[in-house]
Amino acid sequence: MIPLTYYLVLSAILFTMGALGVLIRRNALIIFMSVELMLNAANLAFVAFARSFELTTGQPVFTGQLFVFFVIAVAAAEVAVGLALIVAIFRTKHSIDVDQMSSLKG
Amino acid sequence: MDFTLILFIILAVTAVATAAGLLLSRSAVYAALFLVLNFACVAVFYLILGAPFVAMAQVTVYAGAIMVLFLFVIMLLGVEKLPKGDVLPWQRPLAIVAAAILLAEAGFLLFERARTSSLLALPGAEANTMDSLREMATVLFNQYLLPFEVTSILLLVAMVGAIVLTKREKGEPA
Repeated sequence: MIPLTYYLVLSAILFTMGALGVLIRRNALIIFMSVELMLNAANLAFVAFARSFELTTGQPVFTGQLFVFFVIAVAAAEVAVGLALIVAIFRTKHSIDVDQMSSLKG
Repeated sequence: MDFTLILFIILAVTAVATAAGLLLSRSAVYAALFLVLNFACVAVFYLILGAPFVAMAQVTVYAGAIMVLFLFVIMLLGVEKLPKGDVLPWQRPLAIVAAAILLAEAGFLLFERARTSSLLALPGAEANTMDSLREMATVLFNQYLLPFEVTSILLLVAMVGAIVLTKREKGEPA
C-alpha cells in the first residue's frame, strides 16, 4: 500500500529536475531530453490519479490511462519534429549549443 | 514495511538518480542512456499502478523508438560533448533557485490538496488479463475514437514536417 502522495511527490521531483535541466544545460539535445522527462513526470501523476479514482469508484476506469497514451503519441510527434529542427539548425550553425543561437540579438 | 513500499523506494531512488545523471553527465550519449533507465523505472511504476498497456507503450515508444531516434541524431551530428565555458555566468545559480521555488510550490500544493490521500493498493490479477485490455480498447475505439483519429493525423503531419525540415533545397550546397 503506497499513498497517492508519494507518487505525486516523486512526479513533482522529476518534473522539477526536468525544468532544471532545461534551464542549466546548453546542449539542445539534452534540453530536449529534459522536456521528455517533464512529460514523463506528468504522465506518472496522471496514472497515479487514475488508479486512485479507480479505487474510489470500485470499477476500472480507463480514461486516465488513455490520456497518457495520447500524451505518448503527441510526445513521439514532438520528438520527430524537434529533432528535425535540431538537425536543420546544426546544418546552418554547425553547433547545437543554444547560447550560439543568438543571430537575432541586437 | 511491506514489499510494495520497499519496491517503490528502490525504484523512486533509481528514477531520481538517473534524472540527476541526465542533468550532470557531460556526454549526450550517457544522458540518453540515463533517460532510458528512467523511462524503464517509470514503466515499472505503471505496472504497479495497474496500467500494463501504458507500461508497454512506455517501453516500446519512449524507451524504444524515441530514445533510438535521440541516439541516432546524437551519433549523426557527432555532438557528444560541448566545449566548456558559460556565456551567462549567473544563469546556473538563478536556475537552481528557480527550480527550488518550483519544487516548493508543487510540494506545498500537493500536500495542501492531497490531505485525503488514498492508499493505492496493488492491482489484482484481473488488471493484467486480456479482458482488461479488451475493455480498454472498447473505451478507446468508442468514446475516444475522434481523438484517436486526430492523433493519427498529427503523426502524419509530424512525419511530413520532419521530412520537409531536413530536406535540402534545390541548389543548396550539400
